[in-house]
Amino acid sequence: MLHSIWLVIAAPLAGVLLNGLLGRHLGRAFVGLVGVGSVGVSFVVGALALIELGALPAAERSIGVGMWDWITIGSLQVGMTLRADALSLWMVLVVSGVSLLIHLYSVGYMGHEDERMFARFFAYLNLFVASMLLLVLADNYLLLYAGWELVGVCSYLLIGFWFHKGDEEQAPVVLVDGSQVAVPPNLNPPDSGKKAFIVTRFGDFGFALGVFLIWSTFGTLNFTDVFAAAPQVPTATITAITLLLFMGAIGKSAQLPLSVWLPDAMAGPTPVSALIHAATMVTAGVYMVARNHVLYDLAPTSSLVVAIVGAVTALYAATIALVQVDLKRVLAYSTISQLGYMFLAVGVGAYAAGMFHLTTHAFFKALLFLAAGSVMHALHDVIDIRRMGGLRRKMPVTWLTFLVGALALAGFPLTAGFFSKDEILLKAFEFSPWLWAVGLLTALVTALYTFRALIVAFWGQPRDWPLYEKAHESPPIMTAPLAILAILALLGGLLGLPIVFGVPNWLSEWLAPIFAAHAPAEKHMLSVTTEWLLLGISAAVALVGIALAYWLYAQRGDITARLTVTLRPIFVLLINKYYLDDIYNAVFARGGQRLAALLAQGLDKAAIDGIVDGGARLFVRGGAWLTQFEDGHIPHYALGMFVGALVLVAYLVLR
Amino acid sequence: MRPQLPTLDLVPLYPLLVVTGWAVLVLLADLFVQHKRALGYLALTGVIVAAVVTVALWPGVPTSFQNMAISDGQALFFNLVFLVTGALGLLVAIEYLERKDLQRGEYYALLMFSLAGMIAMAAAEDLLIVFLGLEMMSVALYVLSGSNQRDMSSIEAAMKYFILGSFASAFFLYGIALTYAAAGSTNLAQIGSWLSGRGIPKDPVALTGLSLLLVGFGFKVALVPFHWWTPDVYQGAPTSVTAFMSVGAKAAGFATLTRVLYSAFSPTFTTDWVTVAAVLAAVTMTFGNLAALVQRDVKRLLGYSSIAHAGYVLVGIAAASPVGVRGMLFYILAYAFMTAGAFAVACAVERREQSTTTLADYAGLAQRSPLLAAAMLLFMLSLIGIPPLIGFWSKLFVFRAAVEANLAWLAVLGVLNSALSAYYYAGVVVQMYLREPGRSPAEEVAFRPWRSALAVAVFLAAAATVVLGLWPGAVVNLLMGV
Amino acid sequence: MQDVPTTWFLLLGAILFTIGAVGVLVRRNILVMLMCIELMMNAVNLTFVALGRELGSLTGQVVVFFTIVVAAVEVTVGLAILIELNRLYQTADVDEVAGLKG
Repeated sequence: MLHSIWLVIAAPLAGVLLNGLLGRHLGRAFVGLVGVGSVGVSFVVGALALIELGALPAAERSIGVGMWDWITIGSLQVGMTLRADALSLWMVLVVSGVSLLIHLYSVGYMGHEDERMFARFFAYLNLFVASMLLLVLADNYLLLYAGWELVGVCSYLLIGFWFHKGDEEQAPVVLVDGSQVAVPPNLNPPDSGKKAFIVTRFGDFGFALGVFLIWSTFGTLNFTDVFAAAPQVPTATITAITLLLFMGAIGKSAQLPLSVWLPDAMAGPTPVSALIHAATMVTAGVYMVARNHVLYDLAPTSSLVVAIVGAVTALYAATIALVQVDLKRVLAYSTISQLGYMFLAVGVGAYAAGMFHLTTHAFFKALLFLAAGSVMHALHDVIDIRRMGGLRRKMPVTWLTFLVGALALAGFPLTAGFFSKDEILLKAFEFSPWLWAVGLLTALVTALYTFRALIVAFWGQPRDWPLYEKAHESPPIMTAPLAILAILALLGGLLGLPIVFGVPNWLSEWLAPIFAAHAPAEKHMLSVTTEWLLLGISAAVALVGIALAYWLYAQRGDITARLTVTLRPIFVLLINKYYLDDIYNAVFARGGQRLAALLAQGLDKAAIDGIVDGGARLFVRGGAWLTQFEDGHIPHYALGMFVGALVLVAYLVLR
Repeated sequence: MRPQLPTLDLVPLYPLLVVTGWAVLVLLADLFVQHKRALGYLALTGVIVAAVVTVALWPGVPTSFQNMAISDGQALFFNLVFLVTGALGLLVAIEYLERKDLQRGEYYALLMFSLAGMIAMAAAEDLLIVFLGLEMMSVALYVLSGSNQRDMSSIEAAMKYFILGSFASAFFLYGIALTYAAAGSTNLAQIGSWLSGRGIPKDPVALTGLSLLLVGFGFKVALVPFHWWTPDVYQGAPTSVTAFMSVGAKAAGFATLTRVLYSAFSPTFTTDWVTVAAVLAAVTMTFGNLAALVQRDVKRLLGYSSIAHAGYVLVGIAAASPVGVRGMLFYILAYAFMTAGAFAVACAVERREQSTTTLADYAGLAQRSPLLAAAMLLFMLSLIGIPPLIGFWSKLFVFRAAVEANLAWLAVLGVLNSALSAYYYAGVVVQMYLREPGRSPAEEVAFRPWRSALAVAVFLAAAATVVLGLWPGAVVNLLMGV
Repeated sequence: MQDVPTTWFLLLGAILFTIGAVGVLVRRNILVMLMCIELMMNAVNLTFVALGRELGSLTGQVVVFFTIVVAAVEVTVGLAILIELNRLYQTADVDEVAGLKG
């Protein structure tokens, strides 16, 4: 299978052709079968290849599979070549595995679409999977760039998929308690799609320049050759290359200051948000940095930039997530924040930790999005958490799986998110306690916003009774993937247990041949005590966050009672130990909320959005200004040419 | 003494003769053939024959015809570009003219005459031949632009193109005169050897001649500030004409510009024209992209986009190296498929009573005509430069040549411009894929892919965009021999 | 005639060319603009002939023949377009033909 790794890309591509060209004549069942089946083939092939690779000696675990010679110009030779190694195959498994589940879920979720749109959806989704796998398996920068751009195009088409959703004003809804909730106009999907495309283009501009600089510097674009030659290249050049490449990652992975497109990307169908804007495509930036770890290791400045951007983004996005009332937007900001963690990890050189978090995040964030989608499905696309409440009674499976996802996201001890986040914090501490502190604070806020959303949506009493009445559990084709993802979110941590547990960190060891210089055993500087301490602190922080959320959003007698019964030992401990008085509530929690609101309104909307939008507007205004000279009058045109000719003559003769 | 006839070695001119002769044939057949559509296919046959002749001449024959014409690899490559463009233009026109009730024999004859002019330009080794080819091409295009006599904008386009074109031709002619004054010859090779042997560096006469020649070329290929006609004419002319001339005229202009700069004005004046070309390239691509941002009319948008692409092509010329020339040649081939394809789609979308298409006309095209929309998507992505489509390689090659020629700033600007251009190309895609169809289905001209010549053109262009993007090696190897 | 230095012819050519070019810029009647373009062409013809004499090469003279033919072709086409224009617009004022812009 290892040498037929191209099948991984070919299978979904065949699905694209079949569904794209013939889909509307084939019927829903067949389209779904092709969509799910082709990704299934990818997953199986990927898994078999991974097993085969594992059987090889560690030093030989990198197989180049050439398909054809893409281009040869002078000394530059770029092949249509895929590289199957520990890192890429792991990504293949994550991408195709999560995609498989999300494809399955989509068969149910998109079931209301007419056959044409249904086929189109699966064609786009499969094209995305093929492009993403191309990106992951690329053996050179050009192929990587091709995948990089193609996933962007798919993302953009899928964000705008429901283009018919208008943005008409809707009357406010009166809730059970008599308060009114304004219904915000829908995001305009085409605009969101276009925004995503254009904002990320600015990052890609840097990426393209980076690839150019690599070509100029190394004379080759193959990863292996570039990495081999990198130590002989001046650090300044490597720094420039890595920073330019990171620009691309900032755009693709929605880091500051190019983060604005991701929340708007939620205009797309929820499976798309789950797959592309949470689990896979947005992590391409992290993967790219990990893939280029040789270069980043040689450029400490760039790595520091990566780490700082990651840490700042993580905290920034987490605080914003705190005040969102749209469930998908909470998750979107959370994704930005978690991506920040991953960049923090790869920035401090903990590539395996970054990949670990990438993996667990793919599990639990896909789970959360799909569960949110299940809620939307039940509530006829209502996503405002203020109109929910009490949904756990109507949708038990969704509720339980969402809870598991939330626990993992919040870093509840022993869930997948706990171990991966902890490993990052550990490495950040080794690097700089300051980055660790930022990461820890983020972890607190993360737990807080996650459980706020969970409690407001699923706990308590229904707040919008008519809506609640209609709610129902989703069909098994949707809940089954939820259950599988929930298991992965719970147990995914087993892939990379901390060293101090005395068991091997499987993922670290698997990736060790790639990130050899950073194998944990060799660079283990912290004492066991410190490590246990840090582990304890992050566990405590997660628990405090959850407790705080509970205390802030769910403190009503009956619920407290029931929740205490469910999770008694933890909550009794937490509530008693971290009991904070009303003053603290007024000053800190409310104040903090106000600060977060300020950040959301002021910084995110005005400054960041403003800069990106303003940049675009500036260009448009420039264009409008220029075209006013195209006034249609022949004499003016002739005058322009005449003056141009005079300037040309004057310049050439007088210079 | 016996009078001796000069030996006229016409071999390098065979493609030109075939096209010209065939044009006359079409003109004559027009008198007898009732179904004018058949004339389109007749012309198409001529183009194919000329292409076969061109391929047979590969890899080129030495200068001949009194040293006035040359059919080297570069000329033959350009011939192929012209003939491909001509074939696409004919296929598009056969369908489009029928729909617009414009079906007439002269159209096809004029298109072939214009093609002959282009071929003459690419084969020219003498400024006089350049001028004659230029005029032959241009005059035919002036008439073609105005070939929809019922449409005011078509006539306006013809008028603008004609007046400004003649104005530019006068400058061009003066440029020839001054070059002749400086070098004593109109033969490019002789000019080159004279200027490098006995020429004075910074000779004001030669430099003025060069500038005025650049004005003429700048007009034909639409470089800022000689671009003014482009958007108006592209928008006003019948769309099938725009599809043909947007590529053909530009390619011909670049073919000759390259030859003039490289063989006549090198190496004595290389530094002079490199600076000018670099600055013009920078200004042109930036202007084209900025102006395209605010367009609502798709033909006009593509017009500005073509200005921007002229800037990118000029980057390859400014590199002043074999790598740059090859990059430029590849770019023009890519541009031919992308742009002619995009205009072909515009032809298909345009309704009978329209003379152009606005962005709104593309709304929901993906639902109305999925294959057409998919093709347009490919052209737009390729024009942005998204791999693995052909447009990506073309940009890569010219920017790479610029970097090698120490014009890294130009390459950076070019990449930035490509990022900027995504904005308006994406606008077209948004309309096609992410908007509801505005028209009722009854209004829509049925687009039957398997029955129309137009669809063949769209398909060929789309296929080339993809296939040459996945296997660019074939073209690159071809160019290595040029 | 042989006594007149070539420079003078060249200067006259340049002046005529400029007059023609400026004429194109300032006149609004399409017919007059056409004539101005003709003037520019003929100024170049004069230059060619003068240069041919100065350089003692026939090229200068031969080019002029071709140029005259080309100019005639241009005028023919130009007048044809002008007639069509006049039919649709009822004017020969170039400023009224400015529908395409932006």
